[in-house]
Formats: sequence, structure tokens, C-alpha cells
Amino acid sequence: MSKVTIVDYGLGNLKSVSQALIAVGADPEITSDPRVVVRGERVILPGVGAFRVAADALRSQGLADAVTDVAQRGAPLLGICLGMQLLFDSSNEFGQTEGLGLIPGTVSRVLSHDETSPAVRSTHIGWRTVDMNLTRSSLPDVVGVHPGASYYFVHSYSAKPQNDEDTYATVIYGGKAVCAVAGHDNVMGVQFHPEKSARAGLTVLESFLAL
Amino acid sequence: MDVTSPRPVRLVARLDVKGKNLIKGIRFEGLRVIGSPNDKARQYYAAGADELLYMDAVASLYDRNSLADLVSEVVKDVFIPITVGGGIRSVEDVRTLLRAGADKVALNTAATRRPGLIREIAESFGSQCVVLSVEAKSTAPGKWEAYTDGGREKTGRDVLEWVAEGVAMGAGEVLVTSVDRDGTEKGFDLPLLSAISALSAVPVIGSGGMGTVQHGLDLVTESDVDAVAIGRALHYDRLDLPVVRAAMKEAGVAVRQDTLV
Repeated sequence: MSKVTIVDYGLGNLKSVSQALIAVGADPEITSDPRVVVRGERVILPGVGAFRVAADALRSQGLADAVTDVAQRGAPLLGICLGMQLLFDSSNEFGQTEGLGLIPGTVSRVLSHDETSPAVRSTHIGWRTVDMNLTRSSLPDVVGVHPGASYYFVHSYSAKPQNDEDTYATVIYGGKAVCAVAGHDNVMGVQFHPEKSARAGLTVLESFLAL
Repeated sequence: MDVTSPRPVRLVARLDVKGKNLIKGIRFEGLRVIGSPNDKARQYYAAGADELLYMDAVASLYDRNSLADLVSEVVKDVFIPITVGGGIRSVEDVRTLLRAGADKVALNTAATRRPGLIREIAESFGSQCVVLSVEAKSTAPGKWEAYTDGGREKTGRDVLEWVAEGVAMGAGEVLVTSVDRDGTEKGFDLPLLSAISALSAVPVIGSGGMGTVQHGLDLVTESDVDAVAIGRALHYDRLDLPVVRAAMKEAGVAVRQDTLV
């Protein structure tokens, strides 16, 4: 059974991530101990809520350094939703806040206020298909994300990778291509919730376990 | 609507629960036991439901929510978002439900008594996990009053004003249930849901009255709702989720495409 370490920094629905991993045959361990995270074979950084609260929690518990060590060691690291956004350099949600800096880029609102309306709300919630970044060749397969499959999104901020090649897939919202899957070497992030995306999401987790 | 990227519309299976039983009444009266909520939840998941909504029908009468145990079981084999409502009074109650595997909580009674609770929960867990649940009863054409306790208790609050206030307090989504239509299978209160979905800055789930595929189509074409709740008609097998989804897709609604589970 594949061991997976889930980073617990006091936010988010960790049980769902853990249950989804069990459903695809993994042996997940939820921990808030940086010493355990550092040794993880594969690490998942989950998260819901606000960027600043999460970034502060990661730092104050010594987990930011632990996750950075995992990335530098070359072990597979997957960020989910806010966990994905935390992998980037910074976010401007409630003021500028530093992220982990593991994928070059920033995080900002999906749509600015003048781009929203009752038909296109500021919070993007729902099941959507994604478009692969065709300038990349093989990487989308690595994360098990497929065009035609639907994934569950809920977010009002999104990541903007600095390098186009770090964008694996996008989702169209409000006429914009929004980063849905990003990656940089062994560090990956999905803006949607694989643990809440039925079979399509479980496939993403299975692919991560196979890395 | 922006035709290049219409807003996604979700199909939500609504499970009203009393104790350990799935129940349903008509306008919240004459509650009848239908069966096991989790058996139905698994069935709707397999049929491609986009989301589940568990509502404790009597929780606020007893000031408690008993759904954590049910939810902690169902999340072992249901991998879609789950919202839980009924009797939630504190940040601690929310923590318990989220730990059990819920993704969002729906607040009604406690929020109408103390709107600051919405902000406390939003600040602790994020707006995305706070759903303002509004039970709306028509009082005059174009006017609705917010009720609690399954349409039994008046709050004196105008529904449109209350939704605006709740969203300003940090609610990330609004569940609007028409007390007049709930359980009737006679169609949604379209004026109500049109009015709210046009003014709400956050997504709106329309609930109460879905009995036919056409009711769902009417709702998504005549209002800006983001999600359609279906209860009684699913429980009694009068509607089938794949049929509803296919009809919406045919009508150009951005429903989920692939529903493999």
C-alpha cells in the first residue's frame, strides 16, 4: 500500500482527502508533526479557507519548512485547492502574503469585481471540464487529469504560474482561462477537489500514488 | 449569460432527516419515513448527483444536530461535496461536522437569532463552507418572509433583505427553500428564486417543488440559480438524475459532463 502523508495545519476537511485515498488503496497518515512530514514518501497539502490564515498556520507550526524540504528532496508533493495556491510565491487575498515559493507565480482573484454578475459570480463553484496546455506533451497524463472528465471546483482566487509550461491544464470561467492544474518538477497542484470529484478525482489521486 | 462560459449548474440531492430516517412532508407537514438516508445518498451518488444536502428536520427544536454520525459513514464511499444543516449553533458545532466529513454547513435558526455567527464561522473555516439557509414563505406578490423550524416560526425578516445581510456577513452560498412549494412537486417558486439569484453576489441553490424535468428547466432558464435541489421526487423514484441532467445538457445548461463514480 502506498504511504501518503497528509499535512494537517488545522484547516480543511482532511477526512474527505483521507477517505478518498483509502478508497484507491493508499495508506494515508494525517499529521501536524513537521518531523513526520519531512520523511514523507508522498505528501499532500490540502486546504480550504483563506490564504493568510493557512500560510501563518503552516509557518507557526514549522510545517512550511517541512513541506519545502519534501519538495527539495524530490518527493511527490500535491497541493489541493488552497493547498495548491500555497505552493506559489504569494497571494493578494486580504493583503500581500508570502506562500511557499515552490512554483513560481502569484495568486489573485479569479475575476475582478467588474468582471462579475449574477450570471458569472466571483466564487467559481461547480463541476467543470478542463483544457490541457497543449504546449506541454506528457505531463498531464502524469497527474491523471483528462479532458472530458469533470472536476469539482470551489474557489474565488486562483494561481497564475509565471512560466506557461508550469500550467498543465486550465478551466474557462467568465471567459478567462484559469489555472486548474499546475506543476513544477515534483511539485503539483490541483485547484479542484479530487477527493470530491467522484471517479474523475479518484483517478487523479491514483496517478499521484503511482508517481 | 456569457455563452462562451455559462455558469455551471449543480444537481443537488436533498435528504431531510429525522433521527436516523430519511423523511419528507408536504410544506414540512405530515413527515413520513422513507428509508435510510445513507442508502439513498449512495444511490444518488451512483446516479451522478453533484452534491448532497443533509438537513436535520427537527434539530433546531432540540438545539442539536445529529447528522455527524451519518455523514462520517457516508464519506467512506461517496466522493462529492456534502452540506449539512439543522441545529448548528456554534463554531464548535461546525468543527464537529467538518471533522465528520461535511464540506459545508447550512445555517438558519441560529443565524436569524444572531447573524454574527455567520461571520464567526466564515472567519474560522472560510466563506465557502457557510451556506445561509432561508425558508421563504410568500406574504404578498413579490414579498417573502424568512421562517425557521420547517416553516413554523416567523422571523419578521424580509427574505431579500436577509439574504443581502447574510451574504454581507460572509455566507458563501445561499440555499433558498420555498415553504409554500417544499414537498409539493408542483414546481419552484420562480419569482422568489429569480429575485434572490439576481441580487445575490454568491451562488444560490433553489429548493422546494421540483416534480418534473420541466420544473428544473424552468428554474435554470428563468433565474440565475447555480444549483437545483431535488428531494421528494427522487426519493419516490419519480425523477431520475441522469434524465434531468440529459434534459439540461440538451437545453444548453452547463451541467457536469462526465458522471462516472
